[in-house]
Amino acid sequence: MQGCLFLLNGIVGEGMYFFDSFTDKFYINFIKDDRYLFLLNGLKNTLIITLFSLIIGIIIGLIIAIIKTLAEQRKDALFKFLSRIADIYLTVIRGTPIVVQLLIFYFIIFASVDVSKLLVAVIAFGINSGAYASETIRAGIAAIDRGQMEAGRSLGLSYGQTMRYVILPQAIKNILPALGNECIALLKETSVAGYIALEDLTKGGDIIRSRTYEAFMPLIAVALIYLLIVIAMTMGLKSLERRLRRSEHR
Amino acid sequence: MSIDEVLISVKNLNKTFGKSHVLKDVSVEIRKGEVVVIVGPSGSGKSTFLRCLNLLETPSNGDIIFEGIKITEKHAEINKHRQKMGMVFQHFNLFPHLTVMENITLAPMKAKGISLKEAEAEARKLLKMVGLEDRADAHPSQLSGGQKQRIAIVRSLAMQPDVMLFDEPTSALDPEMVGEVLDVMKELGKEGMTMVVVTHEMGFAREVGTRVLFMDEGRIVEDLPPKDFFDNPKHPRVCEFLSKIL
Repeated sequence: MQGCLFLLNGIVGEGMYFFDSFTDKFYINFIKDDRYLFLLNGLKNTLIITLFSLIIGIIIGLIIAIIKTLAEQRKDALFKFLSRIADIYLTVIRGTPIVVQLLIFYFIIFASVDVSKLLVAVIAFGINSGAYASETIRAGIAAIDRGQMEAGRSLGLSYGQTMRYVILPQAIKNILPALGNECIALLKETSVAGYIALEDLTKGGDIIRSRTYEAFMPLIAVALIYLLIVIAMTMGLKSLERRLRRSEHR
Repeated sequence: MSIDEVLISVKNLNKTFGKSHVLKDVSVEIRKGEVVVIVGPSGSGKSTFLRCLNLLETPSNGDIIFEGIKITEKHAEINKHRQKMGMVFQHFNLFPHLTVMENITLAPMKAKGISLKEAEAEARKLLKMVGLEDRADAHPSQLSGGQKQRIAIVRSLAMQPDVMLFDEPTSALDPEMVGEVLDVMKELGKEGMTMVVVTHEMGFAREVGTRVLFMDEGRIVEDLPPKDFFDNPKHPRVCEFLSKIL
């Protein structure tokens, strides 16, 4: 009986100890000296890089997709040439690690120019994601029946008008879900922004760790934040897909 | 305009796909008000010929002169000329993301710059003509095949073309829907629309056609009024074809 009590006491005591140490650690890592601001500020930068590089990526991707589609459909020397250049871009970007690309942009291309790290990161990640988005968009356009372009052209609409009013509105249903996945991948890839000393979310956690000599709290917090954003994006994507599918059955 | 005015003149048209020579020196003149029906075995180049007329296929060489203008010229304003040549496809090719009304008004508004109000008024008039005025707000997926094809015809007519090209317009339809589409085409023919029709509907060729072209292996081998074509075919290939299908 006494032994039992002792054991119970021990468990409760351990729990109390754990709880105390948890709040202590939480306090040291996040509250003291407003350290949570490293995470908040990092999160802000991470979201800015993701959003703007996604926009750049989609614009580059759309241009390349249309160039490649045109080069396939027409035997035009100019578009053949542009398509060749696009192929080189795709090969280089997809054939080298994003970290290396980021370092090249920061230490070579923008070495002698005084621009913010954030801008360098947005450009580097934007150019990177353009390569992946272009294939997604091209495939989405290619999936539209050839007869749609023929019908538009036979009515006297130009290639551009048919693209804009007929092909792209349909292709977007194929493209959006895949672009959403690209966006999720991009969000996680921006975690290497710390390589150019940019204080993104990951780097923010890192700074806390170097101040407190505590790895567990900041790293788990950073991981949780990424996870929550990705889960939210995935849910948004699912509902988007559902809505697109519904509009197909109209 | 007299009925004899040449609308489309095709001179020594050739088309090759890689090694296969699909059209061989095709020359023909199509006059205003004619209903030219093109028949022939599959693979004879009928559809390719029709698609060359509005340059959906680029001819390998030869000339096409439409309303006095050589549209095969490199710098021809093809979009302008296509506005005057309506085309109806075997598989309708309606725009699935747009309503019937939007399908019809898109090209008049974007290519010709006609106002929405005007385009819709014209569309309603045409929809009434084909008996589908109540389907203006439907999406193509809600229509039967026959309805889709009638809408596709209306979509082309909305551009007020001078000639209508039909590429096997009834081949993808259930048999009971062929009639409603042919009726619309007959009506068009009666109103004097110039038409070039690739079809397997011999009844239509006989009844509405003013001329029947028979194509075989990339050439036009017979060019006769329907009565002579069906009653006194001369070319042995035509006799063989007719004996198989009639």
